Amino acid sequence: MSEVLVSVENLSKKFCKDLKTSLWYGVKDLASGLSGNRNERELRPKEFWAVKDISFELRRGECLGLIGHNGAGKSTLLKILNGLINPDAGKVTIKGRVGALIELGAGFNPILSGRENIYNNGAILGFTRKEIDQKVEEIIDFAEIREFIDMPVQNYSSGMKVRLGFAVAAQMEPDVLIIDEVLAVGDMGFVIKCFKQIDAILPKTAIVFVSHSMPMVSRICNQIILMENGISKFQGNDVAKGIDLYYERFVDNKFNLVYNDNTIELEEVNLLESQNIIDGVPQLKWLDDLKFHFRFKIKKALKAIPIFTVIIFDKEQRPVAYLNCNDESAGLKIIDSTIEFIVTHKSLQLSKGVYTVHIVAGKTSTQDYYLRINGVLFFQVIDDRDIFPPFLLTTEFQNFKN
Amino acid sequence: MELETKVYQKENNLRIGKLLKESLADIARSRFLSFQLAKRDIQAQYRQSYLGIIWAFVTPLATAFVWIFLNNSGTVRVTDTGIPYPVYAFSGTLLWSIITESINSPMTSTNSAKSILSKINFPKEALVVSGVYKLLFNSSIKVLLLLVFIFFFGVGFHWSLLLFPLAILGGVLFGTTLGLFITPLGMLYKDIGRLIGFGLGFLMYVTPVVYGIPKSGIMKTVMELNPFTPIILTARDLAVGMPPAHLTYFLIVIACCIPLFFIALLFYRISIPILVERMSA
Repeated sequence: MSEVLVSVENLSKKFCKDLKTSLWYGVKDLASGLSGNRNERELRPKEFWAVKDISFELRRGECLGLIGHNGAGKSTLLKILNGLINPDAGKVTIKGRVGALIELGAGFNPILSGRENIYNNGAILGFTRKEIDQKVEEIIDFAEIREFIDMPVQNYSSGMKVRLGFAVAAQMEPDVLIIDEVLAVGDMGFVIKCFKQIDAILPKTAIVFVSHSMPMVSRICNQIILMENGISKFQGNDVAKGIDLYYERFVDNKFNLVYNDNTIELEEVNLLESQNIIDGVPQLKWLDDLKFHFRFKIKKALKAIPIFTVIIFDKEQRPVAYLNCNDESAGLKIIDSTIEFIVTHKSLQLSKGVYTVHIVAGKTSTQDYYLRINGVLFFQVIDDRDIFPPFLLTTEFQNFKN
Repeated sequence: MELETKVYQKENNLRIGKLLKESLADIARSRFLSFQLAKRDIQAQYRQSYLGIIWAFVTPLATAFVWIFLNNSGTVRVTDTGIPYPVYAFSGTLLWSIITESINSPMTSTNSAKSILSKINFPKEALVVSGVYKLLFNSSIKVLLLLVFIFFFGVGFHWSLLLFPLAILGGVLFGTTLGLFITPLGMLYKDIGRLIGFGLGFLMYVTPVVYGIPKSGIMKTVMELNPFTPIILTARDLAVGMPPAHLTYFLIVIACCIPLFFIALLFYRISIPILVERMSA
């Protein structure tokens, strides 16, 4: 097994909620900092634990995903790891050169040209002049801004600035790399490029990765910590489980009427044949049949049967599937101003996770619709395989030659 | 290859020897960074301006002209200075501007690096050193102008002029040391910066900047005790080739500043994480 590069033991950090008090504590800390300040640190009035009791170990070649809602303490933890602020309890031991992708393009001066700023940024990241001299052409090519390299950086688009910043930072050969959200900006091509670079250095590096983008987390991380209010709520190698828990926080079981022209009204909706219901969310097993039951009240006379479309969204609010809508052959009927039907999709191949159902009742003739409701229903697919993509498709393998 | 190990915990390492060694190692390691930061700021400063370098000596020139005018018009009677008054006044305001700039320099550098301080770990000493580089750059331009004054008003060349840069270096050391001690508090409270500006405005009048030390009275005592006095007087005496009357006090001040500078540097090093926490929370 490779060496442990980052070891964090019971790390805690407190912050103050009030500015004036915070500044005064700062003065006190300055004074006590001079005498070493070995006392146990307790919360003073108006303080709270921004990070509490975090421990983990990270080896070369491993990537730790740090996730959690805004203000959970992720960035504070990163700042401690990066040595920008000192912890109030616990200990961090880091071996090797630490690189941080927390802000790209630090030290850029807007008046100066891109080329000059490569030197400024590189110097702050710890390169020597010789190193930058050697790498400057490579950096310009990587950033793909050769044409504008002698233009003042203030005229760059934000994407160009970020590209230039990343190009410089990508020249680092760190043992420990700390990444905070920076990859969220920039276009698709840039993001793909960043990941290629990260993939290239991952085997030689221990990475701590903070992100709100779960596809990215699931793509590169093999360990995860879910933080909530400073504490670690989930920690382990089961990245998909951590991501599930993260999403659970955001499940909002709200029925959301988007549009209704008062022609029809949803009276009842449920999922048939589900195994059991936990917290109001019916559960299905992978390859079970997906069967919805709908009942609508018709309030105005209709010329034709509406077109019903069921759309399934995953936990990231990405649409993952359309259920094919009804046509004449379905033979749906209106009885006593009510239309009631069952929609079935056989052997569901969605992967483990919680899904949201939206329903649209459209008019036949035009693109208009009578009714659109988001989140009419939630259901959960249960499976023991933790995979991130929304589909787990059935397969048949057989020998090519018998 | 053995990897460098860093440990972060709540206790500060208080073995002064080790801290100092780390601090000096960081200064050595960040030579390029400090140079680059100074170059960046100087380049940017002059690129966005037509008058450029002139701004470096407009303030001391203006103050000097006011006093030259007051003196020549007889509004204010300044006791005989032994050299042409314009040279006296300009050398005084110029040295004074160098010292005040040195006092403000650590705080200005740290403040302008706020955004990177809270995001990137780099040797913080580089900010101080880059501040010194900028000071030396600005000072050397001012000195050139002073030379013009010296020759124009017929003071002429003296061999002691060659020691003048050393005296300026002493002034920069003195100012930077003071500035370093003030910076941590000044980063927390804006009041400190304002107080310094305000206080220096007064201090100028109890320092022989535009007039000499009176022969008697309370002002004489205050001026002679004022540690700014020997720096201004010695530097000026060296420049115009008069025997430096306050050389002993000057050497004492500088001798005190050297250890104090290193203590200030450590204080700065210990303070930065505490400041970063308070300014980026």
